[in-house]
Amino acid sequence: MTITPETTRRLNPVLWLGVPAAICVVASVVLALPIRILGLPLPEPVVALVPAFAWAVIRPSVLPPFVLIILGLFLDLLWGDRPGFWPVCLLCAYAPVLAIRPILSGQEAWALWILYGAVAALALLVGVVLTALRTGAAPAFLGVFWQWLATAALFPFAHRLIARYEDADVRFR
Amino acid sequence: MSLREGPFGEFRAPLAWTATAALVVAVVVAAALLLGSRGRAGDRRSHAAWRTAANAIAEPVGALLSAPVGWAGGGADAVANYILAGRQNADLKRQLALAAAWKDTALALRAENARYRAMMGVRTDPPIPMVLGRTVLEARGPFADTRLADVGSERGVIEGAPVLGEHGLVGRVVGVAPNASRILLLTDVESRTPVMVVRTNARAILTGDGGPNPELDYVRAHDPLRQGDRVMTSGDGGVYPRGLPVGVAVKGLDGAWRVALDCDAGPIDFVQILLFRDFSQLVPAGALAPRELPSAMTEEPSATLIGPAVKP
Repeated sequence: MTITPETTRRLNPVLWLGVPAAICVVASVVLALPIRILGLPLPEPVVALVPAFAWAVIRPSVLPPFVLIILGLFLDLLWGDRPGFWPVCLLCAYAPVLAIRPILSGQEAWALWILYGAVAALALLVGVVLTALRTGAAPAFLGVFWQWLATAALFPFAHRLIARYEDADVRFR
Repeated sequence: MSLREGPFGEFRAPLAWTATAALVVAVVVAAALLLGSRGRAGDRRSHAAWRTAANAIAEPVGALLSAPVGWAGGGADAVANYILAGRQNADLKRQLALAAAWKDTALALRAENARYRAMMGVRTDPPIPMVLGRTVLEARGPFADTRLADVGSERGVIEGAPVLGEHGLVGRVVGVAPNASRILLLTDVESRTPVMVVRTNARAILTGDGGPNPELDYVRAHDPLRQGDRVMTSGDGGVYPRGLPVGVAVKGLDGAWRVALDCDAGPIDFVQILLFRDFSQLVPAGALAPRELPSAMTEEPSATLIGPAVKP
């Protein structure tokens, strides 16, 4: 296929980076509100792992890691963690997906879901290690599991983001 | 058949003149009456009497005449109501919905007032000044269990201040902004709280792990714990005042002693932030000030070992 200016049209960063990041910010804030439904608090997934996974699958780019850093710092501020905690966790999820990206094209959704669950677990595992190193005590396994489960349940949003933009730039198809 | 086509068609001009003349006369009479009423006082009194009499007569007549009008109006209203019943029903439903919303608001306010009253009943012994706050954001994940309260340094909140819920200790302040403060809950993985078991006076460190029941570490005593023992802050280290209720000792599934927190008995929505700096604020000012001792050389019988307090 001949590469022409038309086929190499670039993705609009505002659309494939800015909008998902803004949605993540809003969703994280909403889920942090002290709302009780039937006496139970809202789940607290790491929403930013959704774009972290999807951006790596869509195409390699310079911007996503920096956007992930910003998102991570926002989560640190929102949840009261040490600055840098969540940027590290998010990038630990982003990096391996970017590395194996060539073998991900054309995979079924369930396969991507399994991979997404794995990288989410990896990110939380990094969080556990960092927390244990800092405090000398590992977080409760059950709490980590619930957060992983809530995060893994968000894969349909990641899949929608991938489906929307993965063919937008034919150079990385 | 019009007048022009009839036999009186030719009389149009005289009739017009007649009408005009009648009009002129009427104007003159009216003018005369008007000018006449502004004449002598006797004339004005007579006019007033006339108006009073006219009113006295007119009122029952008017009432009598207006009665059918009222009845007709009532009937018309009844018909209109019947015709417009559907619209009125819709209006009433809308008003009912608004009233229901207000009822919800009233119930919410009543519940909020109850929570305020409950929080205002929280006291410490000895009394420590407190600031009432409301939590507005939560972090409930395994790596952070914090709350953001809507009061900060503008209200005197300082870093390290203990925080009480309605039922017991919640945590302590770890970050303060002018109008907000971050509360680290007892369950946070970074939380370490010196506590004591009331029954045995045993000391321990309450260690959060992100789960609902923090663990009792470094327990120091012989046979220190039984199921159901009350746990309170020990005051060791000076971070918390002694005696704040924490919870009840329970044996965890992993075999470790843990604490079922008192604050879990209710939502952590309203909190009392203690304006506690250190123990010196719990005694009267000057009571802990250094005292002047008598000279060892004195033989003065009135001299006492404990002299008057020296004002700082």
